[in-house]
Amino acid sequence: MNFLLYPLTLVTFFPLLGVLVLLFLKPEQKTAARWVALITSLITFAISIGVLVQFNPANPDLQLVIDLPWIQMAGWDISFYMGVDGLSILLLLLTTFLTPISILSTWTAVDDRVKEFMIFFLLLELGMVGVFLAQDLFLFYIFWEFTLVPMYFLIGIWGGGRRMYAAVKFFLYTMAGSILMLLAILWLGIYGGTFSVPDLIAKGGIPGDIQLWLFIAFAAAFAIKVPMWPLHSWLPDAHVEAPTAGSVILAGVLLKMGTYGFVRFNIPLFPQAALQAAPWIAALAVIGILYGAMVSYPQQDVKKLVAYSSVSHLGFVMLGLFALNPQGIQGGILQMVNHGLSTGALFLIVGMIYERRHTRDMDKFGGLWKVMPIYGTLTLIVALSSMGLPGLNGFVGEFTILLGAWDAGQAGGALGSYWFAALAALGVILAAVYMLYMFQKLFLGPVDKEENRSLKDINWREIGTLIPLLVLIFWIGLYPKPFFTLMAPTVDKLVAALQTAALAMH
Amino acid sequence: MVPVDYYIGLSAILFTIGALGVLIRRNSVVIFMSVELMLNAANLVFVAFARTYEAVSGQIFVFFVMTVAAAEVAVGLALIVTIFHTKQSIDVDQMNTMKW
Amino acid sequence: MLLSEGASAGPQFFYLVPWVVFLPLIGLLINVIFGGRLSEKLIGTIASTATGLAFVVAVLLAVSLVGHPEGATVTLADWIISGDLQVSWGFQVDTLSTTMMLVVAGVGTLIHIYAIGYMHDDVRHHGDPSRYRRFFVFFNLFILTMMVLVSADNYLMLFVGWEGVGLCSYLLIGFWYDKGEKGIGNALAGKKAFVTNRIGDFGFLLAAFTMFAMFRTFNFEDVFRQIPEVAELLPVGILMITLFMLLGVAGKSAQIPLYVWLPDAMAGPTPVSALIHAATMVTAGVYLVARSFPLYAVVPSAQNTVALVGAATALFAGTIAVAQFDIKKVLAYSTISQLGFMVAAVGMGAVVAGMFHLVTHAFFKALLFLSAGSVIQGIERGEHDVEHNSKSKKSVKAHAGQHFDPQDMRNMGGLRKRMKITFWVYLIGAIALAGIPPLAGFWSKDEILLEASHLSPTVYYLLTAAAFLTAFYMGRQVLMVFFGESRSEAAAHASESGPVMTVPLMILAAFSALGGLLNLPWTHTFGHWLEHTVKIEEAVQEIALGEEAAVKFDPVVAGISTGLALIAVVLAWYVYDRRYKRMLELPPAKRPDDPLRGTLGPVFRLLENKYWVDELYWMVILNPYIALSRFLAEQVDWRFWHDWFHDRVITRGFNLLARVLSVQIDLGVIDAIANWLGAATQRGAERLRQIQTGYVRNYALSVFLGVIIILGYLILR
Repeated sequence: MNFLLYPLTLVTFFPLLGVLVLLFLKPEQKTAARWVALITSLITFAISIGVLVQFNPANPDLQLVIDLPWIQMAGWDISFYMGVDGLSILLLLLTTFLTPISILSTWTAVDDRVKEFMIFFLLLELGMVGVFLAQDLFLFYIFWEFTLVPMYFLIGIWGGGRRMYAAVKFFLYTMAGSILMLLAILWLGIYGGTFSVPDLIAKGGIPGDIQLWLFIAFAAAFAIKVPMWPLHSWLPDAHVEAPTAGSVILAGVLLKMGTYGFVRFNIPLFPQAALQAAPWIAALAVIGILYGAMVSYPQQDVKKLVAYSSVSHLGFVMLGLFALNPQGIQGGILQMVNHGLSTGALFLIVGMIYERRHTRDMDKFGGLWKVMPIYGTLTLIVALSSMGLPGLNGFVGEFTILLGAWDAGQAGGALGSYWFAALAALGVILAAVYMLYMFQKLFLGPVDKEENRSLKDINWREIGTLIPLLVLIFWIGLYPKPFFTLMAPTVDKLVAALQTAALAMH
Repeated sequence: MVPVDYYIGLSAILFTIGALGVLIRRNSVVIFMSVELMLNAANLVFVAFARTYEAVSGQIFVFFVMTVAAAEVAVGLALIVTIFHTKQSIDVDQMNTMKW
Repeated sequence: MLLSEGASAGPQFFYLVPWVVFLPLIGLLINVIFGGRLSEKLIGTIASTATGLAFVVAVLLAVSLVGHPEGATVTLADWIISGDLQVSWGFQVDTLSTTMMLVVAGVGTLIHIYAIGYMHDDVRHHGDPSRYRRFFVFFNLFILTMMVLVSADNYLMLFVGWEGVGLCSYLLIGFWYDKGEKGIGNALAGKKAFVTNRIGDFGFLLAAFTMFAMFRTFNFEDVFRQIPEVAELLPVGILMITLFMLLGVAGKSAQIPLYVWLPDAMAGPTPVSALIHAATMVTAGVYLVARSFPLYAVVPSAQNTVALVGAATALFAGTIAVAQFDIKKVLAYSTISQLGFMVAAVGMGAVVAGMFHLVTHAFFKALLFLSAGSVIQGIERGEHDVEHNSKSKKSVKAHAGQHFDPQDMRNMGGLRKRMKITFWVYLIGAIALAGIPPLAGFWSKDEILLEASHLSPTVYYLLTAAAFLTAFYMGRQVLMVFFGESRSEAAAHASESGPVMTVPLMILAAFSALGGLLNLPWTHTFGHWLEHTVKIEEAVQEIALGEEAAVKFDPVVAGISTGLALIAVVLAWYVYDRRYKRMLELPPAKRPDDPLRGTLGPVFRLLENKYWVDELYWMVILNPYIALSRFLAEQVDWRFWHDWFHDRVITRGFNLLARVLSVQIDLGVIDAIANWLGAATQRGAERLRQIQTGYVRNYALSVFLGVIIILGYLILR
């Protein structure tokens, strides 16, 4: 049992305890199931705070490492290797932070098969945390695929009208990309004699053309997950059909697994390929930013609008990561967190109105600010955060990303042209257009629909789900230094490695 | 001392009688008895050789055979009784339902 | 913390500077948290006190600056620390920022007090008193963000205020978000303001990126210190920074081509128009150029561009103002025009003149807007009286039989007698704006014209023409609103506003009248005050256009501008008093609503419709954008990519492949082999099973035969 007492294994597998307790509950003990899940996820969050306390921000390397031999035969060296560093600590915290909030948001929204819902939810948390902590490619792949299963059921059982279609599409798309990644993982394992990522990075020396192929194979899996334009087609379906909590986690964490994969595997494992591919990825990212923003604008379904806005926002993240300089990567990682907070909050908000009106058609609303003033105000703050108003979190991330991208646009930079940053900055205008349009359609104007007149403002539980997000929205907006401090040494090390690779190329 | 050939001969005769009985007779009890005859023919050979080679194993084997035969009789007779109860006959030609 | 420790004499309160931000924040928080239980008066008082205290802090800073003119920076905390990007929450106290603080907090406090009275009536007129608190929360938020803007010691923190005031502007324009055209007009106006500003902010962002790429810092002092080296190395870079910044300025300070949001912004309550859309926020662009003066100074081509944009805007907006009927729209276009003056001034490098005009304009334009608010509420009270006193319940007749618009000057007239205080303060404001000596506007405008006459003839002619128009449309407005006969029953029953509104008006009137004393050409007090901040490095000074050129006062320039203003006033009197009276003799059906309509003909329609610029933008930018995004969303993304490519091509392709595999390959080959095997076995078994007779003896016989065969084999082998 010692194995479970390492901080990282504890935080990963603690949800299993909750699952175990849930299994003993009767299906009709709904409230108990909710409480068990909530408390489990809260304790998991507390454990992750413990991890943060033990984490030394000045150390750029993996910390709290567990490296146990696992499957070792016939020249295969697979180990149970977990560790946390500046790239993953924030995402770990984001995951454990968003899970209790999502569970709290389902309090009244999910009333059917509560026990199973909570079990899947906790299993999902386990998988996501595992993805961010695993340092062995094989272990990573297991967690990566594992997350699909609970999410598949969350969408497929508790989803909307076309839930099976969306669930299957979600599952198949992610699987399709993962297969290529699996091949690349196997190649690396055979080539390097180990699946441990730090060892593979240290070993290096993968020939340039093979690097590119491996890069593409990994990128295929991650780009679908992000999702990068034009592989985003599964996202609106999954978001629209998923239950609110599922959307929150999907946007908040699952998509980040893609971007995280790029920065954890693609860039350090294949630095030369990353340098070669940077302008191409950045081009796709910029297209995604503008395309996502433009496509968001005419949507009728609020959830779809938010889903497409994710394409735009994650375009920013990708642009930042592939600026391949400290500002870009740090901004990219911070923007992953920001997007999790803002878009998570937006999905919660959409869920609240859906629970009341059972529609998400923007034409059915109008003037809600008058009927639901608190709700309106909180929505406004979240919308502003999402469109990058300075002083709120979105701006800090977007600005650092764009600054990094602009810097990378100089001669000798990774991107080689200012156009990437300049066009991406246009996305800032377009974000205001669709976000304000949404806000206007829902909240402004007269209350001209009879059904909206008697809507109740949000209650304390609902406020309670939003307040933690808002606190962070302001915190990151006004004082992001602690967040940058956490990741800076690791990112600097990564950038230094990239520079070495760039020198080796010339 | 009686040479072992005689025992073998006797045993062969007994065995043949038993085998023919199994093949020819229709009464199942008789068939049963014929089976016993065959077993005892075998026993006879065992004992004879045990004596000849002065090895105990043959005699021990006979005990096994007798035990098995006893058990067989118990089961077999029980079966025959049951069959008689249902068919009112112990003619083996009547018991031909297990065929194509 | 403090850079200047006891350099020279005098008290020193620089450490107080963060409070200009915190005080409005405290006021805002009190009203947000406890406001629900407080009375209207108390809410207004708290908000006004917060702003007033911020003003006190600003005064203390100013007092400190007298003794320590070099100022100080106060760093509160780090903000964004990422690689070599190091930005902090730092406050800059110098004469330039303190001037802005004084204007923002000073005018802001007066407008807050005015709003206590104005909003009391306004929320009742619009039928939602619960929004009273919200108004003051937003108002304090505005002061907060504006203070962040003017007190920042780096461009990025300035940008926080820059977008923050844009947000407040959005919120306050859409304050009555359920009113306006089709119930959504105000909300749309707010959105238009925000998005247009965002276009400007896009320019600001690009300027910031370029700046960081070249200077590796956003700090004012650090940037300015490096200018000489960078200017030598990469002058194009600085040109890019300044031109991108100009786009930001055009957005925030409503210059061509981004001015279109400001007239629509008049949808906000009048104190908002006065504070945000006349006195303070819109001048942020002017402040930015003044602040970045060292950058502009090294690239004359950028300076020329800025000056020309400003001058063109001044004239362009002035012409539109001539043909507007909404009392606030006239003032809005006038504001754009005056902002053009300021931008032109700071663009030319005449920072002192520009800032001077900024200050005086804040006084008289705030005064004009607030008085206009008083007029509007007077008319509304008149309308209310008429509706309630006449038992027939007839509604007040509007000029064209439509819904009565209390802001339409065609419904006014003759208010001089009914609203005496408002009339007099309005008159002072109008004269000040028209640039007639000795009121404030004359001195500041004259200084700009004087500088222009030295630096750029084109700008000078444009501005002089604009100054002429200014006097004309202000004369027109005063005559239409206050003179002649009442043109509607509401106007005939209008009544004066209460002291909570008129007292701030009188204070502002005093400032508008005497503001010129700040910087008389003979003393240049304001110029010397700003000199401490607006100075440029020695090396750059040669390149810079000579702002210091010893121009004191040019009677020719002053004479021309004053003469033109007087001519314009007389012309306005001729047209709107004389011609208007003659016009009244015509039957109502044939009577034009404006005497100029007949004279100018299509030109008047062109001006009345604002050169159809809004329509042009809709046609060229907005409609194509909407169409494109619809096309992308519905056709490209959904029908082509989602439905056709994924659901059709991939899914159908997969299904087709699956069917081929399952029918042709699986059923046709693999299943067939398996089935044949099964059938063959079956047929063989069919024969073989005949052996099973069911007779025990047959089986026994085969056992025997088997034994015999095996034995035989064993024996014979």
